[in-house]
Amino acid sequence: MTFGDITKKLKSVKWSHYIAYIVIIVFTVICMLSGNLKRTDIYLLEKIGISIILAVSLNFIVGFLGELSLGHAGFMCIGAYLGGKVSSMLVGSMGNGILTLIISVIVGGIFAALAGFVIGLPALRLKGDYLAIVTLAFGQIALIIFQNSNYETFGGAFGLDTPRYDYNSLYIIIFVFAIITIAAFQNVIRSKHGRAITAIRDNEIAAKATGVPVTQYKLFTFVMAAFFAGVAGVLYSYTQSKVQCTHFDYNYSIEILVMVVLGGMGSLNGSIAAAALITFLNEKLATVLTGNLAVLQNIFYSLVLILIVIYSNAPAFKNIREKYNFKKFKSLIMRKRDPGYISDDEGSWDRIPTKIKMDELLSVDISVQSDKDGSTSDSTGGDENE
Amino acid sequence: MSEAVLEIRNLGINFGGLKAVQHVDITVNKNEIYGLIGPNGAGKTTIFNMLTGVYKPTEGNFALFGEDLTGKSQRYICRSGIARTFQNIRLFNNMSVIRNVMVGLNDDPQLKCSVFSSMFRLPTHFKTEKAMRQKAKDILAIFDLLEERNNLSCNLPYGKQRKLEIARALATSPKLLLLDEPAAGMNPNETAELMETIRKIRDMFDITVLLIEHDMKFVSGICDRLTVLNFGTVLAEGTTEEALNDPEVIRAYIGG
Amino acid sequence: MEQIITTIINGLSLGGVYALIALGYTMVYGIAKMLNFAHGDIIMVGGYTIFVFMNATGNPIIAAIFAAVVCVILGASMEKLAYKPLRGASPLAVLITAIGVSYLLQSLSQIIFGPTPKTVIVADLGVTKIGNVTISNSSVLTLILTVIIMIALTLFIKMSKTGRAMLAVSEDRDAAKIMGVNVNGIITITFVIGAFLAAVASLFYLLKYPSISNTMGSMPGIKAFTAAVIGGIGSIPGAMLGGLLLGVIECIFNSFSEIAPYTDAIEFGILIVLLLIRPNGILGKKKREKV
Repeated sequence: MTFGDITKKLKSVKWSHYIAYIVIIVFTVICMLSGNLKRTDIYLLEKIGISIILAVSLNFIVGFLGELSLGHAGFMCIGAYLGGKVSSMLVGSMGNGILTLIISVIVGGIFAALAGFVIGLPALRLKGDYLAIVTLAFGQIALIIFQNSNYETFGGAFGLDTPRYDYNSLYIIIFVFAIITIAAFQNVIRSKHGRAITAIRDNEIAAKATGVPVTQYKLFTFVMAAFFAGVAGVLYSYTQSKVQCTHFDYNYSIEILVMVVLGGMGSLNGSIAAAALITFLNEKLATVLTGNLAVLQNIFYSLVLILIVIYSNAPAFKNIREKYNFKKFKSLIMRKRDPGYISDDEGSWDRIPTKIKMDELLSVDISVQSDKDGSTSDSTGGDENE
Repeated sequence: MSEAVLEIRNLGINFGGLKAVQHVDITVNKNEIYGLIGPNGAGKTTIFNMLTGVYKPTEGNFALFGEDLTGKSQRYICRSGIARTFQNIRLFNNMSVIRNVMVGLNDDPQLKCSVFSSMFRLPTHFKTEKAMRQKAKDILAIFDLLEERNNLSCNLPYGKQRKLEIARALATSPKLLLLDEPAAGMNPNETAELMETIRKIRDMFDITVLLIEHDMKFVSGICDRLTVLNFGTVLAEGTTEEALNDPEVIRAYIGG
Repeated sequence: MEQIITTIINGLSLGGVYALIALGYTMVYGIAKMLNFAHGDIIMVGGYTIFVFMNATGNPIIAAIFAAVVCVILGASMEKLAYKPLRGASPLAVLITAIGVSYLLQSLSQIIFGPTPKTVIVADLGVTKIGNVTISNSSVLTLILTVIIMIALTLFIKMSKTGRAMLAVSEDRDAAKIMGVNVNGIITITFVIGAFLAAVASLFYLLKYPSISNTMGSMPGIKAFTAAVIGGIGSIPGAMLGGLLLGVIECIFNSFSEIAPYTDAIEFGILIVLLLIRPNGILGKKKREKV
């Protein structure tokens, strides 16, 4: 291979796909080289890595499948408890090493994935608000069960004792897992499966008619997202010496949702950036805002959630959005192509479909035979023309 | 007498007490372009919905090449070879044109690739992706959409969106294509062009077409045979000329 | 036996509270076609208002009136500021905004009143003894007032012009608009009624559990939603029925000490199972997907 070939090949690589990996690797290496990190900084790094895994996996459900999950912390909780239990059992015989960690990560992930499967089942029949409530209820159930578990198995209300991993290497391991997570999701999204999942989000009826196995894909989305949330949970258990289930409450699910919304639904790089930013702010603000003022950051998050969603979805702001959108901005800087153009592998994932009729989204899967609603056939088709 | 592709026997559906469609018998022969016409509310789209598995018929059955598909799932029917377009265009609006077609190829038995091969980027993944893209491009070329393949589908003009929907349906390699008002909202030039395209794809892909249309010029220009529906039952059937000149049909359309 | 009667009466009065909240959910869902996640938090705001005015005046009636006023203003402004701009946008966007509003209300009240729960004794109505059965008067009062409110609401919707317009909007928003119904106005009125009912519910809730915290609304909120689903979302009698049923179930479970910690989990389980097997509830209407 000549030098020319190599440069040619390098030019054809879509760097935007790899930005996340590069940034994380460079960042980790800098942290490693700088040595003597303070405990608080290490703790922050670990948290950032875990947040990235959580935000990316939730974005898969919210941004790509187009469903809302409010139980993401519940999946994490299952991972943390079961993975943490496994690690604390293995630590005696196998030592607190990387092997123990990998085994418990896999076990925790699989249990969370099972829970994801169970939650995926309602997703086959329910959509939108109803599904959101089911995921919320699931998160609460998981919490209540672990809270009331008996002391010997999961520590009950006292929390589960888990081994703490070595301070100097855990954050590196977590970042490696974050990269694996990003790669897994990105690879799935940039494949026929990702296209099918986005097709379900855009128009489920058409996706079904086009032969997309909607059922399998919905289940798969929940299972995969839950698996990685579980992985994040196990890693979290390694950053703590005690896992408390109160950590995984509803507010935590919302916090992950804020990361996804702030980063842009359907944008993995956005989720990563937002996860890092919010976790960083959380930690820094916690030292500045003490006592009652600590709530200020929640107020900030809720405002972020409301304002971003209203801005990017309200029909009234359509003109402004089209005038000043990010894509146009990018094309101005890069001086290429018109903003309507997207290349084969780039998606315009960052928009939630806005033209879905309420009826369609709220309707639950309905068998026709027992239907009492007697509106006839094709003349009613006109209802749907906006 | 050529081979029957689709045989509908005594098909009917009730919504609650309302009989939306009843006693419908249609036989569509191979490579025919068959029209399904009738006034609004006659049950045309309902029949399409039953044929694609959206609704389960409450009576009767239908078979494709002799295989009974009554009550099968949408995906099974799609795999067996019935594809459709929608009366009100249903594209994947936030995806590029080529991706819309590639979703149609998703279930292609020759383009299999498990989630894990994609996740770990195994060679199968690259092979199927490449084959899919090529196949999608071939289909788009037939519809003159190759130039616009990287545009968002919602940015296409109306006529091209209709074409893209047909292209996406074709990507599922159907044996029978159901077109729900393909010429709706098109001007005479576009309609003429569409007629050409439909004939062309019938010959190229060796398929049979069943279509719903209100534009009588279009219907008489392209359909070999017709079934006229009114109030959910068959009013008349036969060659296009016979059916359109049937006094019952004229009465149903013009009133009297 | 006495125990059972007491449990059922307590259950019915708790169910009445749930029913009042569920009515808000169901009406907003039926008319604005959205799940108002922040509905439970209106109860919390009502609770704090009652707390403030009880401390200031000591008169429960004045406190209740102020709570109603504050909640109604809150409900209307919530709709105008957060939900109205999103009319016609994707349901996912509306849902996330509603979650944001809920979170905002909880955080704001925490910053104003602090994280520690406040206690307020609204009124001590004492107990009545019939034979061996002890019934708290507040339970009876709750039950009676709830029933009266429900009857009034049903009459309002059936008889008044506004009520009929609400029905029309819930049936078909576009058609109602064409027929000259002020759809935005109707939606605002729906939110106002929902908020008023939530204020009443907060008063009754405090009679039962006199502790106010910033998250006090979320639990009854979700449970009331469960009640609305049990009865069939969008159906007013359904919300009443579902609320009463859920209240009784909860009190029965809570009376067994082994099950009590899992009561919430069981209720959520009921919700999930119900959504799966009969998502339209007992009295709800079915909707058909159009193709």
